[in-house]
Amino acid sequence: MTTETLNANVVRVAHADGWLTVCDLELLSPGRGVAVLLPDGGQAALFMDRAGVVRAISNRDPFTGAYVLSRGLLGSAGGRPFVASPLLKQRFDLATGVCLDDEEVAVPVYAVRVE
Amino acid sequence: MPDTTIPNTIPTFVLVGHGMVGQRFLESLAARGLTPAAGRARIVVLCEEPRPAYDRVRLTSYFAGRTPEELSLVEPEFMAQHGIELYVGDPAESVDRTARTVTARSGAVFPYDTLVLATGSYPFVPPVPGKDSRGCFVYRTIEDLLAIEEYAKGAETGAVVGGGLLGLEAAGALKGLGLRTHVVEFAPRLMPVQVDEGGGAALLRTIEGMGLAVHTGVGTQEVTAGADGAVNGMALSDGSSLATDLVVFSAGVRPRDQLARDCGLAVGERGGIVVDEECRTSDPAVFAIGECALASDGRVYGLVAPGYEMAETVAEVLGGGRAGFTGADMSTKLKLLGVDVASFGDAHGSADGALDVVYSDSRSGVYKKLVIGADGTLLGGVLVGDADDYGTLRPMTGSVLPVSPEQLVLPTGAGGPVTLGPSALPDDAVICSCHNVTKGAICEHTTLPEVKKCTRAGTGCGSCVKVIGQLLPPSQDTGLCGCFVHSRSELYEIVRTLGITSFTALLDSHGREEARGGEGCEVCKPTVGSVIASLAPTVGASGYVLDGEQASLQDTNDHFLANLQRNGSYSVVPRIPGGEITPEKLIVIGEVARDFGLYTKITGGQRIDLFGARVEQLPLIWTRLVDAGFESGHAYGKSLRTVKSCVGQTWCRYGVQDSVRMAIDLELRYRGLRSPHKLKSAVSGCARECAEARGKDFGIIATAGGWNLYVGGNGGATPRHADLLAQDLSDAELVRLIDRFLMFYIRTADRLERTSAWLERIDGGLEHVRDVVVHDSLGLCDELERLMADHVAGYRDEWAETIDDPERLRRFVSFVNAPDAPDPSVKFVPERDQIKPDLELLAGPVLAVRTLEGTPS
Repeated sequence: MTTETLNANVVRVAHADGWLTVCDLELLSPGRGVAVLLPDGGQAALFMDRAGVVRAISNRDPFTGAYVLSRGLLGSAGGRPFVASPLLKQRFDLATGVCLDDEEVAVPVYAVRVE
Repeated sequence: MPDTTIPNTIPTFVLVGHGMVGQRFLESLAARGLTPAAGRARIVVLCEEPRPAYDRVRLTSYFAGRTPEELSLVEPEFMAQHGIELYVGDPAESVDRTARTVTARSGAVFPYDTLVLATGSYPFVPPVPGKDSRGCFVYRTIEDLLAIEEYAKGAETGAVVGGGLLGLEAAGALKGLGLRTHVVEFAPRLMPVQVDEGGGAALLRTIEGMGLAVHTGVGTQEVTAGADGAVNGMALSDGSSLATDLVVFSAGVRPRDQLARDCGLAVGERGGIVVDEECRTSDPAVFAIGECALASDGRVYGLVAPGYEMAETVAEVLGGGRAGFTGADMSTKLKLLGVDVASFGDAHGSADGALDVVYSDSRSGVYKKLVIGADGTLLGGVLVGDADDYGTLRPMTGSVLPVSPEQLVLPTGAGGPVTLGPSALPDDAVICSCHNVTKGAICEHTTLPEVKKCTRAGTGCGSCVKVIGQLLPPSQDTGLCGCFVHSRSELYEIVRTLGITSFTALLDSHGREEARGGEGCEVCKPTVGSVIASLAPTVGASGYVLDGEQASLQDTNDHFLANLQRNGSYSVVPRIPGGEITPEKLIVIGEVARDFGLYTKITGGQRIDLFGARVEQLPLIWTRLVDAGFESGHAYGKSLRTVKSCVGQTWCRYGVQDSVRMAIDLELRYRGLRSPHKLKSAVSGCARECAEARGKDFGIIATAGGWNLYVGGNGGATPRHADLLAQDLSDAELVRLIDRFLMFYIRTADRLERTSAWLERIDGGLEHVRDVVVHDSLGLCDELERLMADHVAGYRDEWAETIDDPERLRRFVSFVNAPDAPDPSVKFVPERDQIKPDLELLAGPVLAVRTLEGTPS
């Protein structure tokens, strides 16, 4: 789900038909997310951490149905990065999509390349 | 037909009616050995329906797959075993009390020594034109239900007249038959008999959520029929009409007392066979039990439990014992359409001096009311949506509760005196009402994460998290979160004394070992962001909350300078200092709302909230607002919200000071001040307190000699009246004390700790705060005043700064790869001439899962 970012500047996200070019890396700020509109009408939430690693999960908060995860706060627990939903604060592991507060819930994870 | 071989020495009991109460009467006789099999009596039962007694209360469960046979209350061998003569489909037609005989429809004549009438009740059909059209039904018997089922095959829509207990049962049945279902209730709420207005509202919301259309406060004027004589609609009393293929009347029941009237027994003015405490009618040889009887307390009981009690009474009396039915508790607990509804005792608070304690959460459809007597006794209550406490509350009726009643209705429980905290709650008290988790279940765990994971408590609305914390054993670790061992106030001191201006610097230098170099978390980031913002002018950080790293620390509301709503849209609140606004500015707000299609609502803080803005619209909206002279209202921030005011001396004949001017001055002074939690204030122009200042973090009430300052008030889930800090202050003294008070609070409070909780928590409480901010016991006041002066001097409007800066505007896009594409998930539907979020759109995959589960594989 992650790629090193050495000298890279374009972010691509995997989707059903291949790699979608999303944006320049410089548009991302560490610790915050952005929303990505996918070709099938779905939405991804793209995050960059302090170290410059970029990850993507679905933008849909499964607890409320709202497409808001990109607006959550990034954090880390035990070295694992997560995003906390801005609505009801459930946390989702950015690497696996699994909800840290309810293991039965998970969101899709998208592969990301920075090239 | 009568069996003449029975010796005259044993009595003949004739029971007219074989419903639930009739069957219970037979069982009561059998239990006492008063049966033909025991040689003690002859028993004849005349039953109108074509089948023996069945469970009418669970009639609707037929649609859940229960057969009429499964609904039967009569064991197959019961009649034969006890020698009871049961005649089904042969109702009693007349009674000759002189000859002591009953004549059945078949013509059979039965002599009796004792006659027991258990004829039940019949559905009341309002006398509206068209009520007898094809497609009109009542809902009382299995036969009614079979007829409705048959007719519904050719129908798409059904309407139930009556939103009471049976009406909702019937509506559930129609819905179960796949009809679009309407409920028409004449009273202003559902279940008007059992629940009060608030309970009806909670019920309404839940039932509408199930897809039933509810029309309250309207009567049925007429049932309309097509040329073929079949129902095609209803005309309602409000002038509207309803297209429907089928109508079920369920507008209450009336006692079936015709047989008794015809034979001259006394009946009540409004129906019901008059009986005494032994359930004996005006003829000592005739008894009446169940819904046909007008009990000695003057009531007709439409519930099965009192009917059973009457049946037992008569059986006992016939066996030579002593018994009496003097009235019953009307308490009920039932599940209607899946919703728990319970009422007990004096549910409507009709006793003298009775007071209500009410908790209402329309979000989850929970409504709880306890009626408390003047002496603190629990008199009754209503529970809707969550009736689990019924089992413990009902037995407590008539006694003084061991804990304060608020705590029994409040899921947050934090109300009331400290000595009656959550530890005083019984183990079965529900702490988390979202997931229905009890105190007992929570206390099996030791940490909050464990509680959340194992019980899900605290993962819904989160309002119970504080109480859960109080129930758990005190943690050795008082750190803010998994990243810091320090509390918020300790971090404040570290930031202030070391002049730290960045979160990562603080995390990497003062964070827990394992958290250093990490991202922080959703708890510490906004907290530290707020601390740095509060101290920004002093430590030399940027005061703008969206600058640099500060931007990544803010919750989404601060990040977008707007309030996130449930569908991902935002609301916008311009500042209206003191609640004073010119017509021109009002017009601008109206125009902006109209042009952007926003939903508008007046807030409790005397301003106007504009809902439904998409992220990319926020700068456009604010450009218009800033141009008109508005600035951010900080409704999104943990900061000063509003300073409410009454009109004060200027207009009001009672006012003694200019409360509006003071409110405006204070609001402009403290606007933008970042604090551990939101801050609210109000200024009242006289002791009448129209601005409700004592419900605020800092409230000011005018006196003839100046101003009284109150602190630590709160509304919300844990209301608290503010305490008087100082009296008769001049304008300058007032402002100086508030400066000190706020800065002392900001410096020492925990994360998300309102002034009310802070004041109760800190050592020494109000007296200590007064010592520090009035008498300067710690020698801090100069510094506190300087900090506030820095804030006031450094204030800039966040929105004006944002719209002037292309770099800052960059974040206000829907998608990073399609900045101008409106988010397709943020859509609205009309309601009451405005918009509301289209939540069905968001339900998507959740609904899909339900469909899969419901499809046979």
